[in-house]
Amino acid sequence: MRASVRVLARRALVNATRRPQFLAPLVVFPTLILAINVGGLQRTTTLPGFPRVHGFLDFQLAAAITQSLLLGGVSAGLAVALDIEGGFFDRLVASPAPRAAIVLGRVLAAGVIAAVQVTYFLALGLVFGAEIKGGPLGALGVLIALRARSASVVQGIFPLVFVVLFASSAFFPADLLSSPADAFAAYNPLSYIADGMRQPIAFGNELAPVLDGVAAAAAVAGAAIGLSLLALRGRLRDA
Amino acid sequence: MTRYLQMIAALMRRGLNEILRVPGGALPGVLAPTIFVLGFSAVFGDAARLRSYGGVDFLTFTCAVGMLQGAGFTGAATGVNLARDIEQGWFDRLLLSPTPRPVLLAGIVGSACLRALLPAAFLLTVALAFGVRWPGLAAVALAAVLVMGLAAAAACYAIVLALRFRTQQAAPLMQAGSFVAVLFTTAYAPRELLSGWLGAIADVNPVTHVLEGVRQGFVGDVTWATTWPAVLAVAGLVTAFGALAVRGMGRQGR
Repeated sequence: MRASVRVLARRALVNATRRPQFLAPLVVFPTLILAINVGGLQRTTTLPGFPRVHGFLDFQLAAAITQSLLLGGVSAGLAVALDIEGGFFDRLVASPAPRAAIVLGRVLAAGVIAAVQVTYFLALGLVFGAEIKGGPLGALGVLIALRARSASVVQGIFPLVFVVLFASSAFFPADLLSSPADAFAAYNPLSYIADGMRQPIAFGNELAPVLDGVAAAAAVAGAAIGLSLLALRGRLRDA
Repeated sequence: MTRYLQMIAALMRRGLNEILRVPGGALPGVLAPTIFVLGFSAVFGDAARLRSYGGVDFLTFTCAVGMLQGAGFTGAATGVNLARDIEQGWFDRLLLSPTPRPVLLAGIVGSACLRALLPAAFLLTVALAFGVRWPGLAAVALAAVLVMGLAAAAACYAIVLALRFRTQQAAPLMQAGSFVAVLFTTAYAPRELLSGWLGAIADVNPVTHVLEGVRQGFVGDVTWATTWPAVLAVAGLVTAFGALAVRGMGRQGR
């Protein structure tokens, strides 16, 4: 099982690096939106109710990371669709590799790509003057990102990514969101994931939001992997 | 001349047919700008409490951004469709026809101009439903002209890339161009709120003038002082990218 997961993950990673046109948007578009938000809306940190932060970039980094990871889901979905279209998926299913390894291999590869995405955005933030305040808790922020990335397996619709993201506190403090976005944000696991990542970046070592983020990410990851396995079983039944 | 106009009309009709025959392909381009504008308004709505917005709410302020984004996406889609035609060999057959290449280009770009009105009209309808003030017929007509003009420029840019790379895999490059051009402006905040680097880019970005031209009717009155730079900017963009596209068309098969 482990060997199959490793091999399939490696294949997914090699494929990803050979198709840079699918990888580039994962960082290019979130970077552009990060630049536009920070460049245009930096003064919003002076609004009453906005938490004290070193700069708007510190606040927005978690949003960019969340967005990038969700777009990674679109990319992973595309890769699976290409495997199905090209007939590789059918050959994979006919092989003696465990079925769960097909999903877990993809998840492991997604985790590795997510680590690169998170590192890129943290480095970008540091270069442009963000202060990463968390120290050791920053690692937990990365852990949240890696777990959340598992949602990629079932993500697939580009505009939906933004709808889900807008209905969360990823971009702006929950207290300053307009209605009905604030109501959705309160129940959106992405809010907790983004806030959990943001805590060590922008505010410092407070454990509660980070643990909330880890829990939300674990729940999303569990649900996503479960749904993927169910979808795989359904596809095999139909075949 | 009439023959050429008929050819342009036929190519435009072909482009528009895709909306009816492959609605799944056109739908994201129509919905995405509206989702962006509504989403950003829900998230950053409170930013409009800053004095520089002049008391205009965020949805009203960003309505024009969505219209131009729709034009950009439509232009990019035109390039992607051309790349698909190149991949499938249909474009080669088109080149073999006795129609002059600028006429072929005019047909393809003309369809982009008309298609760009769809996301703009959809966004305007939704925005009005969400409380944006009716800007008046003159402002809407001017917005339509500018949206069509920007769609033409974006289509020419995407066509240049499609002719150069000859594959649909260049799609992100086509989309990123218009995305950057529209958003590195006064898209989400007035000029005085932009940070130094973004303000400097917005100052030299011609799309800033186009955006202000579309926006003026939503946030105030339509004035000649804001209109002429917008028209001039869009004409310049169409001329520049149009010339590159004509050159690209002329080089095909040589």
